[in-house]
Amino acid sequence: MIFGTGIIKGMLVTLKAFLASYFKGPHEGGIFTVEYPEKRLAEKERFRNFPFLLYDQTPENLRCVACDICAKECPPKCIYIVRDFDKEGRPLKRPAIFDIDFTVCMNCGICEEACPFDAIFMDHEFEIAGPDRQNKMLYHRDDLLKSNEYFNKIRPTDAGAIDARRREAEEKKKAAAAQAVKAKTTQPQPEPPKT
Amino acid sequence: MAGFLPDWVLVIKSVLISIAAIAFLGPVTMMYLTLLERKVVGRMQNRIGPNRVGKWGLLQPLADGVKMLTKEDIVPTPADPIAHFLAPILIVVPALLVFAVIPFGRGMTAVDLNVGLLFFIAISSTTTLAIFMASWGSRNKFSLLGGMRSVAQMVSYEVPMVLSVVPVILITGSLSTNDIVLAQGGWGGLKWFIFTPWGLLAFIIFYLCGVAECNRSPFDLPEAESEIVAGFHTEYSGMKFALFYMAEFMNSFTISALAATLFLGGWQGPVLPSWLWFFMKTYVLIFIMIWFRGTLPRFRVDQLMNLAWKFLLPLTLINIFVAGFWYFAPNTIVRVLMSAGVLSLSFWGLQKLNQGYAPEKRVYQFGD
Ligand code: SF4
Ligand code: SF4
Repeated sequence: MIFGTGIIKGMLVTLKAFLASYFKGPHEGGIFTVEYPEKRLAEKERFRNFPFLLYDQTPENLRCVACDICAKECPPKCIYIVRDFDKEGRPLKRPAIFDIDFTVCMNCGICEEACPFDAIFMDHEFEIAGPDRQNKMLYHRDDLLKSNEYFNKIRPTDAGAIDARRREAEEKKKAAAAQAVKAKTTQPQPEPPKT
Repeated sequence: MAGFLPDWVLVIKSVLISIAAIAFLGPVTMMYLTLLERKVVGRMQNRIGPNRVGKWGLLQPLADGVKMLTKEDIVPTPADPIAHFLAPILIVVPALLVFAVIPFGRGMTAVDLNVGLLFFIAISSTTTLAIFMASWGSRNKFSLLGGMRSVAQMVSYEVPMVLSVVPVILITGSLSTNDIVLAQGGWGGLKWFIFTPWGLLAFIIFYLCGVAECNRSPFDLPEAESEIVAGFHTEYSGMKFALFYMAEFMNSFTISALAATLFLGGWQGPVLPSWLWFFMKTYVLIFIMIWFRGTLPRFRVDQLMNLAWKFLLPLTLINIFVAGFWYFAPNTIVRVLMSAGVLSLSFWGLQKLNQGYAPEKRVYQFGD
């Protein structure tokens, strides 16, 4: 062992990294930085960031029924929901106010898991920085609405599964209704009671 | 134009031109050295380095300058206002002064002092005073620790540094930087001192001590950020901090320039213009400094002292004798072999003597 051999070995390592940064690709030891605003990595499908409310076809047709389950489950309590009422004062199955405070939301995705009506999902949008935390970061119902097509676009696997399940449930319901109608029409001939 | 002006105006004019050139060259060098350093270290760590301000980040130093200038200047209440204020100014002065004796090219020395080398060493060692002033004036324990370390380190490394220059003076018989460069002019401008056994050793020692002198990694104990915040410039902000930074980078430039002058033939070299040779050599040495910083972890204080006093100092002393032998011995291959042999033998011996006792296996007294 001579003084300095270890130093030379170490210096060669850094020299190699230095040269590789000019002549090698990102997977051969070169620079693997993706310079963000100009270039960006492909989004992973299961990436999650801030929830949005889903609607079918038109924005009036949102799936949320204002059941308040997500607001109760949300750990930092950042969802605020007020049910809508019609003119006679009967409760409607939709929210009049649905606010999420994005300064408080921690992107945990519990609201999505808890919702029994497939109405709230985690988004891919992450560039929502703003200068005003009082007004810009408090998202109201209409800011949160996004279409089912959008959901299908960003998370095709989940959306496909959920759509298929909902369609199946719909069909079953329809079949059951048809059965019920049929049963009603054949009511006059009840089966003779067994003895 | 020379015919129209009286002599004293000509003198003043040339003085002013030299001053303006150095006052411009120093800060600009420093600014772009910061960029170079960040780029090179970045690439050594698989990063890109600054590349947003201007093309390839070329305007980054200007942006940094603006940032530094507009920052708040904080003076701690218990600090000694005069020492605290003067230190950053005083530290830049020697860093700029030593530019005067550096031969940037053929006939491009601002002041061709016949004691240029002595001037350089004397002036550059006053940096210690400014650093200690900064640390004492800040009234901060981290500053003071950094200052103490700095003094200990500078005093220790000054000795082998000066002694490693002695062989060069011995051979050339002159203290003028210009004469030293001229003495290396043989072989078509390639008879550099580094190609002799004593020159190689002296160069390595001089360069290591130079790195230690300007507090650069791996000898950056005075400003070790993982131990004592920022060392002597903990309590400085804004432009005062920038002045410390500037002095450090100008020092690393001048040390590299002097190492190139003394051992790499200065501006001597075939074909290319002299100033280009000079800057190429200097920047290679600066690149090695940055390379050190990208590679090596910091020394411990005792290791630092051991290296200076127990290894470099004896080696320089032996080197002086070898250079004396070289001077008097006839110019044959025997001379080269003998001096190389003596030096490698002493290197090997000193290394053996410096090796501490390391047991094969650690023995625990109470652990088992
Ligand atoms: S989003 Fe889902 S859980 Fe939340 S209130 Fe609407 S339906 Fe209920
Ligand atoms: S993601 Fe988590 S924190 Fe955010 S609204 Fe949903 S439950 Fe609340």
